[in-house]
Amino acid sequence: MRLLTHNMLSCNIKGVTKGFPLSIEVQRLDTKDADFNPDFLRNIFPKLEWKAFHDAAVSIGLNDIPEQVDPTMLEDHEFLQKFHHALLEVHLEEGALICPETGRRFPVTKGVPNMLLHEDEV
Amino acid sequence: MADCRRPDLMRTLSSMPHRKSLQRQISSPPLCSGEKGNVFSAWHAQVDNKGDGELQTDDDDGSLGHYAVVDSPRRRIASVRLVARHPEVYEPCDDSFALVDALLADKVNLLERQPSLCLEVGCGSGYVITSLALLMGGGHGTHYIATDISSAAAQVTCNTLASHGVEADVIVTNLVTGLEKRLAGSVDVLVFNPPYVPTPEDEVGAAGITASWAGGDRGRTVIDRMLAIVDLLMSSKGLFYLLTLTANNPGEICQIMKKKGFASRIVIQRSTEEESLHVLKFWREDVKDLSENGSPATLSNSLSAKISRLAFWR
Ligand SMILES: C[S@@+](CC[C@H](N)C(=O)[O-])C[C@H]1O[C@@H](n2cnc3c(N)ncnc32)[C@H](O)[C@@H]1O
Repeated sequence: MRLLTHNMLSCNIKGVTKGFPLSIEVQRLDTKDADFNPDFLRNIFPKLEWKAFHDAAVSIGLNDIPEQVDPTMLEDHEFLQKFHHALLEVHLEEGALICPETGRRFPVTKGVPNMLLHEDEV
Repeated sequence: MADCRRPDLMRTLSSMPHRKSLQRQISSPPLCSGEKGNVFSAWHAQVDNKGDGELQTDDDDGSLGHYAVVDSPRRRIASVRLVARHPEVYEPCDDSFALVDALLADKVNLLERQPSLCLEVGCGSGYVITSLALLMGGGHGTHYIATDISSAAAQVTCNTLASHGVEADVIVTNLVTGLEKRLAGSVDVLVFNPPYVPTPEDEVGAAGITASWAGGDRGRTVIDRMLAIVDLLMSSKGLFYLLTLTANNPGEICQIMKKKGFASRIVIQRSTEEESLHVLKFWREDVKDLSENGSPATLSNSLSAKISRLAFWR
């Protein structure tokens, strides 16, 4: 699971109002090369919750993502490289995503988050 | 389809008691191979005319692929040979192929919309999402997400994506639970080959491979749950491709979607002796369907009428 995936997920248990962002519990991280595609980065940028991305990056030990950004930075190659790496190349292979409101743990196994809810949570 | 004769697929299919029509195809191979009078062969001719001219079936060499891409440095859709497998995961079959063929047939329209986000629900083997990403041709910055209720399917999809060098986010969930908040209003392409076989209600979502085909009453249980959230997910230019069986009452599905403000048409219809598959396409009525002009499958208001005429092929 990439940080991009993390940025798209929230806890949807019935009654939860603040299910985003999920915090990350790391058991194992992996780094995999991904094709560098500035178009993809520029396209995804406006869709990201930047603070959630920044905080998630910090929580897994990636400290070179700026807290504040503006679209002009998307022309800066050095920034794009760091953005690319944190968003797309670092994978949570084993661990969990945790709901900020209820503490519910959503396991991440072999790189895939499991967001299935139990019957009493729907 | 040649693939229906594969022994490993037969094993999977014979463990699906409700997929009678698919079993029938195995016992009568000519139905699968596009012989005279079969809707498949007529349709293939149509796609070959419309498409890039690079597609050909590779039935004749006895190999397993759906299509081979000739003289192209890039594959246009996923290769059945590279699709990962698992005994509890639905393997690509006629419905999967119909859906991918629909996407291929609508490729120009898909590309014109420049989708930022494509989502497949119920990705199974990953054949469809991988094909979608390949036919869209990477490079455009499109983000792909695939979900399945089965963790085995999610793993298999990851492997299929990897073997084709395609990137997508894969999530185990019920339809789009956990994604709906962040994806609301931003899905540009939504694809769903649902569990569509009419079954007793208690088989819906059952363990193992049953969940891949068990669709409850009229095969509509999971479809209807999906229809209820399409409006929430779709962007203004969004396209939704849904595979259905005649038993699912596609005409009624179109009516339901019409009430939500979606226009529809059949992109592909394909029939075996017993089963008639349709790929329906929906888009917001206030946004023009770019492919409406001159497409052989064009339908406007007469969709329900057309579908009832299709009963002829059943
Ligand atoms: C007919 S198979 C299609 C598989 C693949 N997309 C294809 O076309 O070959 C339906 C898939 O939907 C999945 N599925 C069934 N119910 C689901 C649900 N409620 N949410 C997500 N996926 C579901 C099944 O596990 C299965 O993989």
